[in-house]
Amino acid sequence: MSSHESSYVPGSAVEKWLDDRLPIIRWGKTHMMDFPTPKNLNYWWTFGAILAFMLVVQIITGIILAMHYTPQVDLAFNSVEHIRRDVNGGRIIQATHAVGASMFFAAVYIHMFRGLFFGSYKQPREVLWILGVLIFVLMVTTAFMGYVLPWGQMSYWAATVITEIVGAVPVVGNPILQLLRGGFGVDNATLNRFFSLHYLLPFVIAAVVALHIWALHVPGNNNPVGVEVKSSRDTVPFHPYYTLKDLFAIVVFCIPFAWFVFFLPDILGHADNYIMANSQVTPAHIVPEWYFLPFYAILRAIDFGILFLDSKLLGVLFFAGSIVVLFFVPWLDTSKVRSGSFRPIFKWFYGLFVVNFIMLAYLGASAADGVVLGISVADFSKICTAYYFAYFLVVLPLLGRFERTKPLPTSISEPVLAPAAAE
Amino acid sequence: MKMSKIILGALAMSALLGASPSFAAEAVAVKREPWTFAGIFGTYDRNQLQRGFQVFREVCASCHGANLMAFRNLAEPGGPEFSEAQVKALAAEYEIVDPAAEGGKRPGILADRWPGTGQSEADQVAAFGIVPPDFSVLAKARGTPQSFPWFILNYFPGTAYAEGGPDYIHALLTGYEEEVPADIKNADGTPFTLPEGKYFNEYFPGHAIGMPSPMTDGQVVYAAAEDGSTVPQTVDQYSRDVSAFMMWMAEPHLVARKQAGLQVMLFLVLFAGLLYAVKRRVWSKIEH
Amino acid sequence: MATQSNHEHEDVPNPGRRDFLFIATGAVGAVGVAGVAWPLINQLNPDASVLALASIEVDLASVQEGQSIKVMWRGSPLFIRYRTQKEIDEAKAVPLADLKDPETDEQRTKPGHEQWLIMKAACTHLGCIPVGESGEYNGWACPCHGSQFDTAGRIRKGPAPKNLVLPPYEFLSDTKVKIG
Repeated sequence: MSSHESSYVPGSAVEKWLDDRLPIIRWGKTHMMDFPTPKNLNYWWTFGAILAFMLVVQIITGIILAMHYTPQVDLAFNSVEHIRRDVNGGRIIQATHAVGASMFFAAVYIHMFRGLFFGSYKQPREVLWILGVLIFVLMVTTAFMGYVLPWGQMSYWAATVITEIVGAVPVVGNPILQLLRGGFGVDNATLNRFFSLHYLLPFVIAAVVALHIWALHVPGNNNPVGVEVKSSRDTVPFHPYYTLKDLFAIVVFCIPFAWFVFFLPDILGHADNYIMANSQVTPAHIVPEWYFLPFYAILRAIDFGILFLDSKLLGVLFFAGSIVVLFFVPWLDTSKVRSGSFRPIFKWFYGLFVVNFIMLAYLGASAADGVVLGISVADFSKICTAYYFAYFLVVLPLLGRFERTKPLPTSISEPVLAPAAAE
Repeated sequence: MKMSKIILGALAMSALLGASPSFAAEAVAVKREPWTFAGIFGTYDRNQLQRGFQVFREVCASCHGANLMAFRNLAEPGGPEFSEAQVKALAAEYEIVDPAAEGGKRPGILADRWPGTGQSEADQVAAFGIVPPDFSVLAKARGTPQSFPWFILNYFPGTAYAEGGPDYIHALLTGYEEEVPADIKNADGTPFTLPEGKYFNEYFPGHAIGMPSPMTDGQVVYAAAEDGSTVPQTVDQYSRDVSAFMMWMAEPHLVARKQAGLQVMLFLVLFAGLLYAVKRRVWSKIEH
Repeated sequence: MATQSNHEHEDVPNPGRRDFLFIATGAVGAVGVAGVAWPLINQLNPDASVLALASIEVDLASVQEGQSIKVMWRGSPLFIRYRTQKEIDEAKAVPLADLKDPETDEQRTKPGHEQWLIMKAACTHLGCIPVGESGEYNGWACPCHGSQFDTAGRIRKGPAPKNLVLPPYEFLSDTKVKIG
């Protein structure tokens, strides 16, 4: 897969025998131990390993929860409480899975923002980036379905509101809506299929993650200076250097994770989800999980129609567009320079983009008729939505043409040996 | 590096913006009570839970159910910790519907869930207009609004706050007024008028609550605790005790969870420190 | 060992070196793995609501002599029989040599409460529920494959290899028995 030759020498006759038939140990040594990795990766790069760890945590805890959970509208809520109350260690396992979803998204956002800053999506890593966006879409879908399973008030109304999005599509919207729900509203059939798919999708994610790592191992890692590896002086073998660094980062990441699991297991959720789903009472203020808030704010920001598009359909188009645009980032960014560290103007637009994203999250959590910093939530959301799209569709294409970038080091080792040249 | 600053800020803020749970427009912020179960070393006060159970049983349980609590829970460690014999005797006082039993009913045993109010939901709707909410997890289904930006502190060690539910219940039970206070206005500035059959409560969203003030001073007679200590028999104390009891009912493993958490945190910090040293040792010869 | 190493760093810190720091870190890591693994396995064990029903108390006051009741225990039925004096005498009269699975009547009951026979209602052959007061020995007979049990629930004839199984139980009083 890469130019790197395997250094594996079978140590015994049995290993030799196996190696001739299924070179799995050779493969593991090449890709998980010897793989040449740029030696200047900083801690933002450990989030890839952290995400792999989180996927495993979610799959293991999820399989356990499924052993005790009942996907039936009358029993689901109480079966989750049964896990919390009666199953051995159930309170912790359930909290790990629920908090784990939040930690997973926190890590994936950092991972994505790292890629956006250091230009990790640029040639020759476009496929790597696209697979990553695909994983993100799968994660969003999986997390949304998982949130429905406890069958609390927020579960039910989130399922209702979000599936309703499909109903905005002209002509085929309603038939598809019924197809998704398996009924005329969210009900037992919906809960059952969400459970089934929530169990299935993590394994699909795992498969796409395998492709993601494959696509990473063809060109090799990007790195903070964004200059490709020139010689073996620029790299170290993945093991033990990055296995240890990643393991250290994972354990540090577990500290806030454990803090929430053991001391604040419910603070990342919504109190209304401790009330069993009731199709006749809508909660006063429907809020999605925090990790969906920026996209929810974009959906809600569009309260106007354009030409033949009504506001609902247009909102859905913006909502979908906000993720679809990510697929095209490798071609929207025209800059020849990868790393944001060498792009003085880009840094400002990037910083504003991060702040803007957080602002969208805050707006998504605010009441629709509220006021933030003296501006109505509705108007503020429109401004932030506009910048979100402008960043990808205007700033990235134009900046690459007009920006004067700082001189790049000739190799990874150069700034390492002469730190003054870096920044 | 700029990336670091940007992302750190982003991480902090997104974690904080997080739930920002109870934004409910009309809800009123309540006073924080000094609960024994708050904080990383928090544990339930056994005497308080026993008193709270008494209030629940003598006052609340005639209208509110608690269908997730089993009698055995009342004897489990980390809860009110009644003796098993006490709970057995208590359970036997209740009749449990059991189709397998002769006559369809039998005396309760430890394994049974709390039997409920004895009224059907239809009867309750006829009497109250609604089914009074079940108490099992109610303490976690309620909260109190937090003003921006201070709710951020709720997420951090030392200032963590997860007791909004019991604070709200305590405030609600002590927030009844005979007359509507003059300073309460409708959204359009007109004086607030109480709908027929409702009661004024300062902390209930919208102020008009269907439940009359359920307790009066001296209504529940507390026996002295085992160590001879006594508490005032006031509505404020009853409210505090029953709120604590409801928190336990909603989160019966809180004490065990926090104790396990301390061990886990200690382990993680130690392990992270060791790994950092190992990582430094391994990287020490690499120029980077 | 490396034939084609292109890493000039490989001569530097030897990751296999066993000094104290590495051993300590490995040991702490192992403790961590065990600490995580145990709750993940332990959750498979019966939960608190199941364990709460692991032992039951049965009131025998309403059972008449010569009458049997069936109660559910740990998800399966049990026979509780108030034996007549005739049945007890019959059981005691059987010589041990006649038995496939030799047990005295005393071993099958509790002293002072010989009239009560408490057994799992599952044939030791393949688990069918035997029928009471029937068969050649006036005890239990299994409808599935014809095993016959006497008035102490001992196997006398047919394919079953063992006597009907006794659950652990104790008498709390003359009319109250705790099973499990």
